[in-house]
Amino acid sequence: MTIWEKMYIPAIAKGMGITFSHIFKKNPTIQFPEKTRPFSPVFRGLHILNRDEEGRENCTACGLCAVACPAEAITMEAAERLPGEEHLYREEKYAAKYEINMLRCIFCGFCEDACPKDAIYLSESFMPSDYLRSQFIYKKEDLLIPDPKEDPEAYKKALGNRASQKKQKD
Amino acid sequence: MNGILLNIDWPFLIEKLVLIAIVVSISLVVAMYTTFAERKVAGLLQDRPGPNRAGPFGILQPLADGMKLFFKEEIIPNFSSKALFVLGPGLAMLTAIMTSAVIPWGDKIILPGGREMQLQIADVNIGILYVFAVVSLGVYGIMVGAWASNNKYSLMGGLRAASQIISYELALGLSLIALLMFTGTLSLKEMVVQQQQGGWGGLLSWNILKQPLGFFIFLVCAFAECNRTPFDLPEAENELIGGYHTEYSSMKLGFYLFSEYVNMFISSAVMVTLFFGGYDIPFLNEANLAVNTAAILGVVAFFIKIACFLFLFIWVRWTIPRFRYDQLMHLGWRIMIPLALFNMMATGAAILFFNK
Repeated sequence: MTIWEKMYIPAIAKGMGITFSHIFKKNPTIQFPEKTRPFSPVFRGLHILNRDEEGRENCTACGLCAVACPAEAITMEAAERLPGEEHLYREEKYAAKYEINMLRCIFCGFCEDACPKDAIYLSESFMPSDYLRSQFIYKKEDLLIPDPKEDPEAYKKALGNRASQKKQKD
Repeated sequence: MNGILLNIDWPFLIEKLVLIAIVVSISLVVAMYTTFAERKVAGLLQDRPGPNRAGPFGILQPLADGMKLFFKEEIIPNFSSKALFVLGPGLAMLTAIMTSAVIPWGDKIILPGGREMQLQIADVNIGILYVFAVVSLGVYGIMVGAWASNNKYSLMGGLRAASQIISYELALGLSLIALLMFTGTLSLKEMVVQQQQGGWGGLLSWNILKQPLGFFIFLVCAFAECNRTPFDLPEAENELIGGYHTEYSSMKLGFYLFSEYVNMFISSAVMVTLFFGGYDIPFLNEANLAVNTAAILGVVAFFIKIACFLFLFIWVRWTIPRFRYDQLMHLGWRIMIPLALFNMMATGAAILFFNK
């Protein structure tokens, strides 16, 4: 080592200058609950069961999402649409019970790809934490998008950036 | 009985007790906020904010840390020496706070009753020697803790820490001898008074200008005494093997960690007193102000200087990697002591030469 290096002090002073200059540099930290980082449009977050513009549920309980799911997280029971319920469901078969076990779900998006009716998609929010395992089995009410007839703003907000929906075959 | 009660100088006693209470609580509060400042400044140096969730801007963070330590479980190992185990942290904290008794925090103030009060708990005329004696006792806190843990890793860690401290104490003392040739007195108050006399409101007579090498050696040895990086082997070993506070939990550990920050604060105060003029305000001639105003401004100036030193401690810690044990011992015995001796001889020669 040179005499200049052996003294340690010039190298220490140079290092201290570098650390000091970092005080004046910009801070890339984002203060979390107040500000969030923007997600990309294809971010796979929580599931949402979709409705069409008139407020009717799209899901027909065909079971394709349950079959496609690699983690076997989706279960459902179908039911027949009764004559007075045309404004609630699109087709004659609907899902009476629809449950997704969020602890099994791996958020891969295969259910969204498999669905023929554009009934399920993965939105931008991510899963909140909870204390009990049983509360992680999300039922149909937790997953359904708000009704556009009753609550248009909540509907638009939940749609997020999927504003252009796939056209349905009637 | 009545005779004894009447013969005690009550105003003096009460004045000193109040001063002790104030100084000790200020030391503890400053040490608490030094832990907070350390985390914030570390964040600044590392491009991130420090803790800012507990209270506005994170001000209540040290309280949260203290409460966390209180609520943890107190474990005293079964095969340790229980009395010594509990005594260790207490000794460390005691010696850390005892040093603050001889530091002059400000000039005198005049109380409403016309009584003069010195802002120093004890103006002994061997001030700096008392500071060294108490710092030497600080080794006991570590050794007692290491021995009482009944754990071979604690013992090795504690031995290393103790040997580090006693090695650097020598250079600390030697670097001061050159300073004492200038001041001619061991009393800290006298040193500050001498440093107020120079030109530019006292700035030209600060001892840093007379003893730059001595200051540098004192600074390096103060880092070693406080177990701060780059000499923080006792702390690093905690992450690696054990170190003297392996077996400690809850507030006993809190005391060990906290006493390090109190030591930092007191070392900064001693360095400012010896080399940077203590409570002297640089460009101001104190004789022109009222006595109380001058005293209070002096205390504020003192704390500002101490804050600069604490920033230096934190800045160095987050820049430099730590020394290996043999490098540390080499530095202490084979570089610092010869340098201090050289400083002493050069100062003596210079004094003789210029006094002829």
